[in-house]
Amino acid sequence: MKAPITNLSAQANSSLANKTGSWRTVKPVINLNTCVGCSLCAKLCPEGCIEMKKQIKTEKIKAKINYDYCKGCGLCAHECPVKAIKMENDF
Amino acid sequence: MNNKNTKFLSPGHNGCAGCGQLSAAQAVMRGLHKNVIIANATGCLEVTTTAYPQSAWGLPWIHSLFENAAAVASGIKAALNKKGDKKTKVVVQGGDGGTFDIGFGLISGLWERGENVLYICYDTEAYSNTGIQASGATPYGASTSTSPSGTVSSGSTQRKKDMLAIALAHNLKYVAQSSAGFPDDITNKVKKALETDGPSYLQILCPCIPGWKINNNEAAMLGKLAVQTGLYPLLEYINGQLSASSINSNFQAKAVEEYLKKQGRFKHLKEADISIIQKLAAENIKKYKI
Ligand SMILES: Cc1ncc(C[n+]2csc(CCOP(=O)(O)OP(=O)(O)O)c2C)c(N)n1
Repeated sequence: MKAPITNLSAQANSSLANKTGSWRTVKPVINLNTCVGCSLCAKLCPEGCIEMKKQIKTEKIKAKINYDYCKGCGLCAHECPVKAIKMENDF
Repeated sequence: MNNKNTKFLSPGHNGCAGCGQLSAAQAVMRGLHKNVIIANATGCLEVTTTAYPQSAWGLPWIHSLFENAAAVASGIKAALNKKGDKKTKVVVQGGDGGTFDIGFGLISGLWERGENVLYICYDTEAYSNTGIQASGATPYGASTSTSPSGTVSSGSTQRKKDMLAIALAHNLKYVAQSSAGFPDDITNKVKKALETDGPSYLQILCPCIPGWKINNNEAAMLGKLAVQTGLYPLLEYINGQLSASSINSNFQAKAVEEYLKKQGRFKHLKEADISIIQKLAAENIKKYKI
């Protein structure tokens, strides 16, 4: 008898359905006036949920956090070289 | 990051908040390109990113067993060779347990055969996924669940295995060490390793929140302190030679205590043990001429 073949494959990037933002109790808030757009926070974020975005008015590049996935670890706030990110309660 | 490569490792994974390994993995992904196939050993990186039926990966990615990721990569490489595909690169990812201990024989075989595969070890200095058991990568003095500190022991009595030296002994053309907290260094080394003709090895120190008993926001800071104390230097060997980029004649080492005292796994250490660890850092600084 042939053993059944089980194909345990998954759709690429399907973890996006898992909104890990619900894990958060504290939330990083970026002060766009202080942010110098260095992108260090975006590079360090374990979720990869910080994007560098061009501001519409000033055309300057600033960090933007996707709160759907941010777990509130605070790594970005800890490492920001200009202290533009503050952690605030989020409950 | 606003970078198309971010999609190689999507959010929605189950890594701990602030995980040093996932932070490093994001930097690794920025060094890869779309013609890459990944074979992943069992461990936190695999478990947290592939909670069935979901996957965080945006590259062809396969997991088979804890111990055989290197052999799976060899098989993929053999199939690509048979198809005449020279463009697609093969990358292995594993934890320190999978690399230093349990997958070790098969990694040696991969290197011995000179196959064109990049092996990346995410070094959390313990078997993180199963509850922080000591591995061959666990440093002297660290308290783990199998080397607990207490009245009769002050943590691991063993020295960390020198995997870089073992890789070099296989005549690898590219061998490098990096650390979470230096994302650009990681990305650059991945790019260089990927372009190497033949096997290459990159080992990245990844602070583990529960394993090192540190705060959620401290992985990058500790990744940097490990380098700044000389305990885990940023190294790169090209064709067996320590590259000039690794050598820093202005290096002002910080005291290892600054690194140790921030971590619960070392908090039991007394002065005598700290001075042993300080000596290990001094040995590194001498050996690597940093
Ligand atoms: C042959 C085998 N033994 C044990 C296990 C259980 N196991 C799963 S993950 C893991 C630890 C992995 O540790 P490491 O390779 O250091 O990766 P980390 O989780 O630290 O990233 C162990 C022991 C297994 N899956 N297979």
